[in-house]
Amino acid sequence: MISKLLKPLGKHIDSFLMTCLLLTMLVGLFVLYSASGQSFERLYAQCINIIVALGFMWGAANIGPTKLERIALPLYVIGVLLLIAVALFGSISHGARRWLNLGVMQIQPSEIMRIAMPMMLAFYFSKRESKPVLADFAIGGLLLVVPVMLIMKQPDLGTALLVAASGFYILFLAGLSWKWLVGGIVLFAASTPILWPLLHDYQRRRIEILLDPTQDPLGAGYHTIQAIIALGSGGIAGKGWLNGTQAQLDFLPERTTDFIFAVFGEEFGLLGILLLLLLFSLIIMRGLVIASQAQSTFSRLLAGSITLTFFTYVFVNMGMVSGILPVVGVPLPLVSYGGTSMVTILLSFGILMSIHTHKNLVAN
Amino acid sequence: MRPEVKDYLYEQYHFKLRLGFTAFAVIGLFVLLAFRFFYLQIAQYAHYQTLAENNRISLVPIVANRGLIIDKNGVVLAHNFFVYTLEITPSKVKDLEATITGLSQFVEIGALDRKRFNKFRAQSRNFESLPIRTHLNELEAAKFAVNHYRFPGVEIKSRLFRHYPLGKLGSHMVGYIGRINDNDLVGLEKSDQLSNYKGSDHIGKSGLEQFYETYLHGTTGFQQVEIDADGHAVRVLSSTSPTPGDNLILSADSKMQEIAETAFGNRRGALVAINPKTGEVLSFVSMPTFDANLFVDGIDVDNWKSLNDSLDKPLINRPLRGIYPPGSTFKPFVALAGLENGKRTPPFSIQDSGFFTLPNSTHHYRDWKPGGHGMVDIQRAITISCDTFFYGLAMELGIEKLAAFVSHFGFGRLSGLDIKGESAGLLPTPDWKQRRFKQPWYQGETVITGIGQGYTLVTPMQLAQATAILANNGVAMKPHLVSKIEKAITGQPLVIAPLIQDKIAINAENLEIVKRGMVNVTLPGGTAASIGANAPYSIAAKTGTAQVVGIRQNEKYNASSIDERHRDHALFIAYAPAENPTIALAVIVENGGHGGSAAGPIARKVMDYYLLGKVPEVEAAGADKKPSVSTARNNAPSPEELHD
Repeated sequence: MISKLLKPLGKHIDSFLMTCLLLTMLVGLFVLYSASGQSFERLYAQCINIIVALGFMWGAANIGPTKLERIALPLYVIGVLLLIAVALFGSISHGARRWLNLGVMQIQPSEIMRIAMPMMLAFYFSKRESKPVLADFAIGGLLLVVPVMLIMKQPDLGTALLVAASGFYILFLAGLSWKWLVGGIVLFAASTPILWPLLHDYQRRRIEILLDPTQDPLGAGYHTIQAIIALGSGGIAGKGWLNGTQAQLDFLPERTTDFIFAVFGEEFGLLGILLLLLLFSLIIMRGLVIASQAQSTFSRLLAGSITLTFFTYVFVNMGMVSGILPVVGVPLPLVSYGGTSMVTILLSFGILMSIHTHKNLVAN
Repeated sequence: MRPEVKDYLYEQYHFKLRLGFTAFAVIGLFVLLAFRFFYLQIAQYAHYQTLAENNRISLVPIVANRGLIIDKNGVVLAHNFFVYTLEITPSKVKDLEATITGLSQFVEIGALDRKRFNKFRAQSRNFESLPIRTHLNELEAAKFAVNHYRFPGVEIKSRLFRHYPLGKLGSHMVGYIGRINDNDLVGLEKSDQLSNYKGSDHIGKSGLEQFYETYLHGTTGFQQVEIDADGHAVRVLSSTSPTPGDNLILSADSKMQEIAETAFGNRRGALVAINPKTGEVLSFVSMPTFDANLFVDGIDVDNWKSLNDSLDKPLINRPLRGIYPPGSTFKPFVALAGLENGKRTPPFSIQDSGFFTLPNSTHHYRDWKPGGHGMVDIQRAITISCDTFFYGLAMELGIEKLAAFVSHFGFGRLSGLDIKGESAGLLPTPDWKQRRFKQPWYQGETVITGIGQGYTLVTPMQLAQATAILANNGVAMKPHLVSKIEKAITGQPLVIAPLIQDKIAINAENLEIVKRGMVNVTLPGGTAASIGANAPYSIAAKTGTAQVVGIRQNEKYNASSIDERHRDHALFIAYAPAENPTIALAVIVENGGHGGSAAGPIARKVMDYYLLGKVPEVEAAGADKKPSVSTARNNAPSPEELHD
């Protein structure tokens, strides 16, 4: 009886992906409890975040890819307009202009862009009648660069990076030639001396300190040094749940959000990390399989981009916590505390599920 | 070339090729991460484990020496010295209560010390080292050192303490520092200063200590220290020296401050003296004062209560936050407003019969002198402080024109002095009243504004600044207490240059009329004749009295019959030498009675010292007895002086 009721409810949910996501979030709740100094309040708040985000996921999974294709352009246009509005009238907090006050609520348009960007580019390339030529990639690049620049200006380097990555993956999967790809990377490397002065002081400082964290052991480098000590002192098996000295003695900054992985690594050790990496790998591989089986150009590109962006989240976060990438403010997906990123991530997985479960209905 | 038609099979094949490539890239990058974790958690495990165990002392911040605060003659108002403190790190101690009891065998630990320690504990994190006793003497330090091994987690530290050698003198100006609290931390985080305060326990809380915090604090240095298993430093690996904070050189003179504060005796009030040509503040007195040293180390409950509950409110910064009706000291500015708006130009005179009535009203606005002053022109109206004259002038001028003009003298706005927490006072307008009380403005309220009563409120700072602007012929200089900021090591000074805030265009003849009227105030026949007596320089002044409680129409004010705290406030503004002013000041004595007799003598002593270098006799004689309440007067006051 109950299973009969649940069946239509779960019709568009991919059970393998769902299982992996739930397991990862469960691990996340355990780490959060420890990282927050055993705060039930935080745990409760994060549970609410997860439930809300699951609702969004379910909703997205039940919207067909054809409908998504139709809203891609309007969503993108709205997103860009809102970003411009933020640049003009946004409210400033912590030295950055990210929020737009709509009277009833505050929104962060850069979050909309995380979904709108890959949708827009996938839509653009699916509408090309012919094999995409260089001009298409140039237009695609322009569609990518404008919002990314606006987000960078706020400044929100972490989000800009992820939005840029999500768009770049579409260009790559749509067949951007290797020649241009390598050429672009070389060009970017050559232009760093020009871009360098455009970065904000604190962003430049972050990169400098990444290269040499000892430069500022009391200030910015403190994050990295303490995170590395936490990870390294975890050893093979870790110090055990709730027993991480770095985490429990308050040495780790932002340990419920961007640096939560250090708490995990300290308390669960290398074995724990490898298990978590396995979970993430399963999620990513499942995403790639869904992408490879998708039937339309739009859904194929979108699924690929969503999956690879998720990978980027994981890689950049772990890389920054372990000191091989700059501290850019990217949370560990499904684990870090925070409602907005939880919603964006699960929403994108909802789209993946939608693509997978609606494929028989899509006429090719 | 004809565009190629999409070949879906080829496209799918191509897509899968790319997808396959990314799958390999994902695995490759994850393997790279795994190598990194392997390196950190297996290869370097021992290293990081040691670091984690000794984490809290591997990096020792070296707090910078806080900058000094020095008066214009080099007298030190705030400096630092080293004291031994006994400190506990709660996270390293198993049984805190037993440890403290054990410690008290060697070092005296009182109930107050324990209370303070518990307060710190509640406000700080567990691994911070917190003082249980400060100011240990050599004997106590030695006794503890011998028994140190019995108390893991307890250390003797040598810490820099802030000290205010002059104690109560000028404490509202100098301010004080106190322990950093959560609010301060939020502020530091916002200004990106948090890392610079690692190891700092204190931050400026009030006065100059607060305003110039960024200059005074300096840059924290640090030492990277290698430590053994017991947590003792073995050797210093690297070290960056701190940069000491900058020294502040004031334009105030501590001797003058002392003379002024002594002149107040145990009366409440405020005095601000300004050099009208530069905006330098020469004296900043708020009475009663308090001993700033009490706050440095966290004030104890008893002292806090006695300061906070005192009816005299010693903690209020009166020059900046005390708001008083200006009373008759407002009249010179009203007179100037009248002249500049073309009203009352001499020889215009009134026949004063002792009161003023509005058309169609029977209400008597009384002059302080029953029966009136007879024939009065505008200059004489200032000199004898004729109320009737100003009632009529204010009414004819109207409140809007009046407020608009005097606001140029700084009334109703912040002076911009380099101390935080200033009050803007109040310059009322009909708009303001509508907003505040949802009531229309009545003409009677304009009438009494003419003599500085009614809604108008000023701070002593504003009154002094207005006097300075008048003395400087309408050129407003930005007031400041600090004249130089000096680098501690190189001594390289940053001089705060005089800054013109505003220039009011005033007709020279009109200005001369008002100034002449004010000079006559201190000459025989003026309301402060005794203040000018025997002065080798000429003083321009105005007395004032501000009502604390209202007096009914037919009641007579009788100072001796009412409660002391309901007596009028005495006000006095002055500048000297009148022909080339170098000092302008405002004095308020709360519940002091009449401006000329209560506040004037204080002003005279300050001016005598500033212009002549004369130290009042009581002090010159070296008598260290408490100054008497009543002020010495050379001449017996004329009846004119008992009112204004």
